[in-house]
Amino acid sequence: MTEIKAKKKQEVKLVSVPSPYIVPERNAGEPLVLEATHLGIDFGGLTAVDDFNLGMSKNEITGLIGPNGAGKTTVFNLLTKVYQQTRGTIFLGGKDTIGMSTTQMNRAGIARTFQNIRLFDSLSVEDNVKIGLHNSIDYGMWQGVFRTPAYRKQEKQAHEKAMELLSIFDMQDEANVPAGSLPYGAQRRLEIVRALATEPKVLLLDEPAAGMNPSETSELMDTISKIRDDFGIAILLIEHDMNLVMGICEGIVVLNFGRIIAKGTPSEIQNNPVVVEAYLGKNKENKEEKNPGKKGGKNR
Amino acid sequence: MVSYLINGISLGAVYAIIALGYTMVYGIAKMLNFAHGDVIMVGGYMAYCSTSYMGFGPLTSVLFSMLVCTILGIVVEKLAYKPLRGASSLAVLITAIGVSYFLQNAALLIWSSNPKAFPNLFDLPQVQVGDSVVTSVALVTIASCIVIMLALTFFTEKTKMGKAMRAVSEDRGAAALMGINVNSTISVTFAIGSGLAAVAGVLLCSAYPTLMPTTGAMPGIKAFTAAVFGGIGSIPGAMLGGILLGVIEIFAKAYVSTQLSDAIVFAVLIVVLIVKPTGLLGRKLTEKV
Repeated sequence: MTEIKAKKKQEVKLVSVPSPYIVPERNAGEPLVLEATHLGIDFGGLTAVDDFNLGMSKNEITGLIGPNGAGKTTVFNLLTKVYQQTRGTIFLGGKDTIGMSTTQMNRAGIARTFQNIRLFDSLSVEDNVKIGLHNSIDYGMWQGVFRTPAYRKQEKQAHEKAMELLSIFDMQDEANVPAGSLPYGAQRRLEIVRALATEPKVLLLDEPAAGMNPSETSELMDTISKIRDDFGIAILLIEHDMNLVMGICEGIVVLNFGRIIAKGTPSEIQNNPVVVEAYLGKNKENKEEKNPGKKGGKNR
Repeated sequence: MVSYLINGISLGAVYAIIALGYTMVYGIAKMLNFAHGDVIMVGGYMAYCSTSYMGFGPLTSVLFSMLVCTILGIVVEKLAYKPLRGASSLAVLITAIGVSYFLQNAALLIWSSNPKAFPNLFDLPQVQVGDSVVTSVALVTIASCIVIMLALTFFTEKTKMGKAMRAVSEDRGAAALMGINVNSTISVTFAIGSGLAAVAGVLLCSAYPTLMPTTGAMPGIKAFTAAVFGGIGSIPGAMLGGILLGVIEIFAKAYVSTQLSDAIVFAVLIVVLIVKPTGLLGRKLTEKV
C-alpha cells in the first residue's frame, strides 16, 4: 500500500530507451529470445508492475535490480505466467505467449529458480534434476510399469544427462542424497541445475547468491558465465550483490516502484543519478556514495 | 489365533488398498475425496453385473470393473473437482460429499436397495495354515495387496509419471514451473486411485458377499481412518495403517465384542492422533515462510 502513496509523491523521470535492447550497441541485429512490451499487473487497485519493457537475445546476461519491494520477483512471476499480466505482451522466441499456462511457458523455453528455495526436498538430488528432464523423456506410463526396453533406455539416458548437468557444479557425488538434506549453497546450485534440465532458452535466477559468502559468490559468477557460454542461453538475474551484478551482467535494468527507472551497461547504471537516488534517497552532501554497489546490497 | 490374524491382515489389506486411493489423492490434489468409498461400491456392482449378466470370467470381470472405475474417477475429477481447483478446501470437501451421495443414489436407482448376492469369483478350496483353516479369498486379498504395494512403490520411485506425482505433491507451483502438467498428473492419480478402489470392491464383496448401494460407505470411512492412522499422504503409511486397522478390528471382534469393535478401532485412532498428530508415518508439516 505504501508503494502507491510513495509513487504518487515521487516523480520519477523515465529514462526511456526506445530500442528493446538494453545495450543496443552490443546486441542490435540479434533476434530477441525474450521480449516483454508494456508489461503490467494490478492486484486490485495496486499496480505492482507497470510498463515493463525488456528485450534479451541469446548469450546475454541481464541484471534486474532495484530496492526491496520494487517488483522484481513479480516480473519473474509474470514472465513465467505464475501471474497473468493485466497489460502488455510477452514474446518468447518471437511468439506471443498469450493464454499460455506456467507449464506451457516452461516447455516453450523459460525456466527459473526461486528466491526461497523450492526444491522437492524428499526426492533425491538426481530425481530433482530428472523432474526437470521430464519433457525430454517420452515413454508412457505403461512402459514404465512394465519396464519395457524403451523405458530402460530412456531412464539410462536421463541418468546420464542428469549426471552431466550435476557435473557443472561438481555435484555428482551427492546424486542420491535427498535434496532437502543438502547445505544451503548446494540447494541453490541444485535449483539452477534443475532449471537447466528443462532446456530453457531463457533462465531466470532469483537471487542466486543470496546467503553465499564472497568466495562462493565469485565461484557462482564464474559458473553463471560458463553456463551462458556452454548453453548459449539468455540469463536474467535478480541480485542484491552488486559485485556480482556489475561483474557479469552486460545490461542492467533498474526497477523502482514497479517501473523501470533506468537501463544500461553497468557503468552507466553506476553513474546514473536516478538510480543512486532510488537506492539512497535524495542526498545532497554525500557525493562519494554515488556507486549503488557500495550501499545497495541488502545482505551486507 | 492364526486364522484371526490372517483374516485381520486380509481385511486390513482391503482397507489398505482403499486407503491408498485416499492418501494418493490427498497427497497430490490436497483434497479428501469422500466419494472414494462409493467408487468401491460401483466396482462391486460392475463385477456383479459383468459376471451375472454378461457372463464374464473372474479375471475379465475384475478388469472390466477396474476399467469402469478408472473412467469414473477421471470423469468425476474433471466434472466435479477440477472446476474447484484453487477454491477453498471446504468447498471441495462438500462437493466430494455431494458426489458420494450422487453415486449412492444413482446406484439405488439402477440396482434398487435390495442386497445382491455377490457371486463367488474365486472358487478355490479353503487352505490349511498350521492348525487353522482360512478362506482362499483371504489369501488372494493379501497377495493382491502385496502386488499392488510393490507395483505402486516402483511406479512412484522409478518412473517419470511417479516422480512427477511426488513433485506435484511437494510443491505444485514449482512442479508447474519445471514443465510438469499438474492437471494431467492429478487425473492420473484419480485414475489409479479409482482403479484400486475397484479391486478393493471386488475383494471386499468376495469376503462379505452382500452388495448394496451403501456397501462402500463404511469401508470407505474405515480406510480413510487407516490413511490418517498411517499418516495421510504417505503410501507406506496407508499400507501400515490399513493392515493395523484390520487386525485390530478382527481381534476386537473376536476377543472383546462384535458391537464394540468399530468403537475400539476409532478409539485407537484417537489415541494415535493425540500422541502423533501426523499419523504413524506422516511427514512433519512445515509451513514455508
